[in-house]
Amino acid sequence: MSELRELYQQVILDHNRNPRNFGPLEVANRHQEGHNPLCGDSLTVYLLVDDQGVIEDIHFEGTGCAISKASASLMTSLVKGKTATQTERIFADFHELVTSAVDSPVDDAKVGKLAVFAGVREFPMRVKCATLAWHTMRSALHGDNAPVTTE
Amino acid sequence: MTRAAETSGSLLCFDVDRVREDFPVLHQKIRDRDLVYLDNAATTQKPQTVIDAISRYYGQQNANIHRGVHYLSQEATFAYERARARIRLFLNAAANAEIIFVRGTTEGINLVAHSYGGSNLKENDEIVISHTEHHSNIIPWQLLCARTGAILRVVPVDDDGQFLLEEYAALLNDRTRIVAVAHASNALGTINPVREIARLAHDRGAVVVVDGAQGVPHLPVDVRDLDCDFYAFSGHKVFGPTGVGILYGRKSLIDAMPPYEGGGSMIKTVSFEETTYADLPAKFEAGTPHIAGGIALESAIDYVTALGPERIAAYETTLLEYAIDLLSEIDGLRLIGAAPKRDRIGDRVGVISFVMEAAHPHDIGTILDTEGVAVRAGHHCAQPAMARFGVPATVRASLAFYNTHEEIDALAAGLRKVNEVFGG
Repeated sequence: MSELRELYQQVILDHNRNPRNFGPLEVANRHQEGHNPLCGDSLTVYLLVDDQGVIEDIHFEGTGCAISKASASLMTSLVKGKTATQTERIFADFHELVTSAVDSPVDDAKVGKLAVFAGVREFPMRVKCATLAWHTMRSALHGDNAPVTTE
Repeated sequence: MTRAAETSGSLLCFDVDRVREDFPVLHQKIRDRDLVYLDNAATTQKPQTVIDAISRYYGQQNANIHRGVHYLSQEATFAYERARARIRLFLNAAANAEIIFVRGTTEGINLVAHSYGGSNLKENDEIVISHTEHHSNIIPWQLLCARTGAILRVVPVDDDGQFLLEEYAALLNDRTRIVAVAHASNALGTINPVREIARLAHDRGAVVVVDGAQGVPHLPVDVRDLDCDFYAFSGHKVFGPTGVGILYGRKSLIDAMPPYEGGGSMIKTVSFEETTYADLPAKFEAGTPHIAGGIALESAIDYVTALGPERIAAYETTLLEYAIDLLSEIDGLRLIGAAPKRDRIGDRVGVISFVMEAAHPHDIGTILDTEGVAVRAGHHCAQPAMARFGVPATVRASLAFYNTHEEIDALAAGLRKVNEVFGG
């Protein structure tokens, strides 16, 4: 049960049940779709980015597992108000966390709230669930044309 | 006495404990729990006889077939062709020439689409499939339509996932050339009425292609009784190796069909001006095949035959009924397809698809995995079928004859844990 509690921490279950910034964003000036063809999950990330490249607002919608939904929800609350450079740094830390060795220490100061996703390391097949929203958000932020796919 | 013990006791004729001894992979711990393997529709486990056949081939028999005059080559050729003859008997085909070795069901269907479809279809001809097909029985036909200008027609299914024969009959017309259906749905477990489908298709002069990937592992198959024109299945889904499968083709049709791939083994004579092709089935078997796989597939077929396809089906039905009863008691769990209908149990093979209110299929799959229970979570390569039932994905527990009632108990316990973790 301990691995399970580690994976499905209360914060994740809470964001899954009550996702933040969920639904379309009418004023968005960028958006992107992301798909995981292996499981059929898909989501759309909407961004309102100002002239200075700051994410003024961010929303997401779609279907997915608890890990992907909670990851998307937490992501929106973390990158709102951040510049592209700051956002990339947060993503890099997050990516390093979920792809690091199972027993390596978690740097709470660096990853902050995202530490709740450390349990994903125990289940390598679920890393894509945790990162789909992030890849999709980055694609929208950088103005890429093609929808994001995990494969 | 537990419910599991009661049900097992009534099946004295099928000694599942004895059967399990033949499958070494089943006897291991996963995350400190006994492995409960319920992902048999994805691939089945192999009995020791199949593992031994592969080992024996590479250890003692390895040589290329159909070309050497030396001893080993003749032995390997003999073993490979004996496997073909054995599989002909298993399917009750009329001749060995009708048994073509392929890589699997997917290649079998693609072969028919290319060779038969490419030479017989023209613009506005029609191909009929069902709504619950696996992608491998959809996309080859879409590609054929793109090449020829033919049109794809889809037979709807009812809310139980049952093929609608009347709607099907209404779709057929004089332009219908090919009808392609699964013997049993890999996503829902529904058995399609192949004999009736074939009769109606033949009345219109269309040929019938059966995706038997989920038929052969669960049901007795007699291609002449079904009266289908093509029947494809995969070795690895019937307790044999990956990378080998069978396409049965009615001789009068495959005789007239052009080759699928060109290369060694499939010719009579070759010159730069003209090449003549080998007789059946070699015409469709270019290149060195998966020799070890074909020989080991014979061992798998022998194993299934010794157990008896009828007994296997009867035992799996008791497991299926038990699973449906147990799963129906779990809060927030919804079975997809005909599973809840006990009176229609004969219309199904041991594949159970479901969703739960509390959690997404992926989360359910992970929680079950921590309990040692292996299931599939996703769209099962049948996205149109998922769309038909309004779900992006399901959890699929798929049975084999080596599964036990206690393993169904473990599945149910794991699903109760899902509700516990997600507070459902």
